[in-house]
Amino acid sequence: MDLALSPKHTAFRDEVRAFIADALPAHLRPKAEIDGHFEHHEVMEWHRILYKKGWAAPNWPVEHGGPGLDATSRFILHDELELASTPPLSPFGLMMVGPAIIQFGTQDQQRRFLPKILAGEEVWCQGYSEPNAGSDLASLKTAAEDAGSHFVVNGQKTWTTYAQHANWIFCLVRTDPRAKKQSGITFLLIDLKTPGVTVKPFLTIGGTPAFSETWFDNVKVPKQNVVGSIDGGWTVAKALLGHERTQTAAVGVTGRTLRKCKRIAARTRVGDHMLIDDPVFRGKLARLEIRHRSLQMANWRALAGAQLGHAPGPESSILKIRGSELVQQAYELAMELMGHDALAWFPEPGVVADLEESVASQFCYFRATTIYAGSNEIQRNIIAKHILGLG
Amino acid sequence: MNFSLTEDQRMLADAALAFTRKQSPVSRMRKLRDDPIGWSPEVWRQMAELGWLGLTFPEAVGGLGGSFVDLALVLEQLGQTLVPEPIVPSLVAGMAILAAGDAAQQRAYLAPMVAGRSSLALAWAEADGRYDPGQVATRAERTSAGFRLIGHKRFVLDGHAAAELVVSAQDGEGVSLFVVDPKAPGVRVRPVRTLDGRRAALIDLDVEVAPDRRLAGNGKAALEHALDIGAAAACAEGVGVMRAVLAMTTEYLRTREQFGVKIGSFQVLQHRAVDMFIETELAYSAAIAAAIRIDDDNPAERTAAVTSAKVQLAESGRYVTQQAIQLHGGIGITDEHDVGLYFKRMVALNAMFGDAEHQLTRFAARPGFLAGV
Repeated sequence: MDLALSPKHTAFRDEVRAFIADALPAHLRPKAEIDGHFEHHEVMEWHRILYKKGWAAPNWPVEHGGPGLDATSRFILHDELELASTPPLSPFGLMMVGPAIIQFGTQDQQRRFLPKILAGEEVWCQGYSEPNAGSDLASLKTAAEDAGSHFVVNGQKTWTTYAQHANWIFCLVRTDPRAKKQSGITFLLIDLKTPGVTVKPFLTIGGTPAFSETWFDNVKVPKQNVVGSIDGGWTVAKALLGHERTQTAAVGVTGRTLRKCKRIAARTRVGDHMLIDDPVFRGKLARLEIRHRSLQMANWRALAGAQLGHAPGPESSILKIRGSELVQQAYELAMELMGHDALAWFPEPGVVADLEESVASQFCYFRATTIYAGSNEIQRNIIAKHILGLG
Repeated sequence: MNFSLTEDQRMLADAALAFTRKQSPVSRMRKLRDDPIGWSPEVWRQMAELGWLGLTFPEAVGGLGGSFVDLALVLEQLGQTLVPEPIVPSLVAGMAILAAGDAAQQRAYLAPMVAGRSSLALAWAEADGRYDPGQVATRAERTSAGFRLIGHKRFVLDGHAAAELVVSAQDGEGVSLFVVDPKAPGVRVRPVRTLDGRRAALIDLDVEVAPDRRLAGNGKAALEHALDIGAAAACAEGVGVMRAVLAMTTEYLRTREQFGVKIGSFQVLQHRAVDMFIETELAYSAAIAAAIRIDDDNPAERTAAVTSAKVQLAESGRYVTQQAIQLHGGIGITDEHDVGLYFKRMVALNAMFGDAEHQLTRFAARPGFLAGV
């Protein structure tokens, strides 16, 4: 056993770090420094820079424009981008519908959609959840009625993250209302400019319009926009969940948040000492960092397995649960460290330290991490059934 | 980055697993609770033959010169059935001798242990020192014949049965280590039962020690290293303890019926079991890191990995063993059921070689904690 990165991977990590230091535009750096919130156009600017470098879609095969990196290099790239607080690229095209089209799409679909996803010329969002189909996704009701050469779609999708910035949405729709639950669902690509589509953003508790609701009122969608087979959408959706499981722990996000906590504590004076020297807070920080280290190790174990081409082992199933909890705990500690400053909501410059400006908003928004991508309760159901043999 | 076992390591782990199944199920440890020694010299010799006692020791003393990871694999298996032989007490005392002793001392004191003829114990803890190996009130005064050691040591693991004691004492130059014969006049060994069904000793010293029994090297550094090895060993054994109670608990959930159904069908119990599983995986991940880093050339890496693994062990181990009892219900409270034995062993493992608070303080006090801030 050995914990050292291979020389090849060490060199790649150094290359990524050097690239970020060099390529992140000067006007985005202040936000990266303080781990601030990036606007859509800023994210897309960074997308185009990564695209030029060939790193926008690290997990795509080379023939579709991927860089041909192995599992460990992909993880390193992801982790370093997170650690450096670079603008987070939208995952819906690059990580979700792109791989789905690569795996299940026709050649026409691949030619039509993949280059524009890769280049950031078309932005995607996800239409899975509905007001009455959350964790029980298969009970979704948005209907696509067969009208010969096209479908007519009616219904409502929710949590369509950043749909207000998107050009396309990939949806799970019901094509066979008589079929049982998971059967009778189709994976459908819909152009958001089609007449009958309405997108309405709404604020999250973080004070940012991250989510939208999307309505479909007699929306005509050509049949060539089906990915996989008609009524076979559940297979496509399930395959998507299996991609890049080693990245679900977001250890880079927690790592940078703990670093931020230390910075806040090191700059906060309490009478005659700094907060970082308070044994209670220092102990809290150390405890969280230790949990983070353990999770990182579990993550490396999962990755070492993936690098060898093994199927994900039991350690990979815990990554999402503990990773999402740790991000929340790290932000909670940041809030505690800030004391009164934590109460400032989208403050004008100078009200609180730059480093602290976005903490309250992110602390609130990150309550979502244990809910999205399959709530942690659903994740526990899956582990109980498939790993522990309970139920 | 590689977590695969070598063929030799796989064989080693398999041998340890077979040993626990065939020769040392929990029932053996349960019986030995009432034995005045608490372990079997015959099994000890057998462990020497299997190579386990010499895994981390050099060939010059009859060892195999392997890595600590090899030993950790064995300890994890032995933890699964609470095998009571004092491998870890002998390991830490032996590693202290290896670090601070000269070649003659290493041969004299390590070879009999590695060959399975005797065991060793490390007498370092004192009443007012808690977990700090630097807090030593025991004195080593120079005499015409060598040294006179005066002091009291507490909770010396396996101290009641060991053939030699490695004792820390202030000798005017700092903390030094002395190898003391427990049968020498002036050594009083009082065995105490510990909550995990084993034995330790309180040791009172007012004893003459020959000069060649003072280990030549830096005693404090050797002691600190030995205690870190002990902590990493406790982590490895503790993972075995957790794996065993997790398996025991999920089996119970799959078979126990109440309200006309298997209780494992209740979601609240399923989710508890999942958290036990998660904690076990995290503790295992941290324990591997400690096992690998224990021999790291950079002492800062060693400290970070070992302290964090020991904290993780405490948090995870506590959760897993306590919930194992909870999920067993009333039967889990009986002495008759094994789950309580595991619970108590975890308490002991958490206390030995520095508890969570001690290790947390060390983790947070090291310079690397504020790197990049």
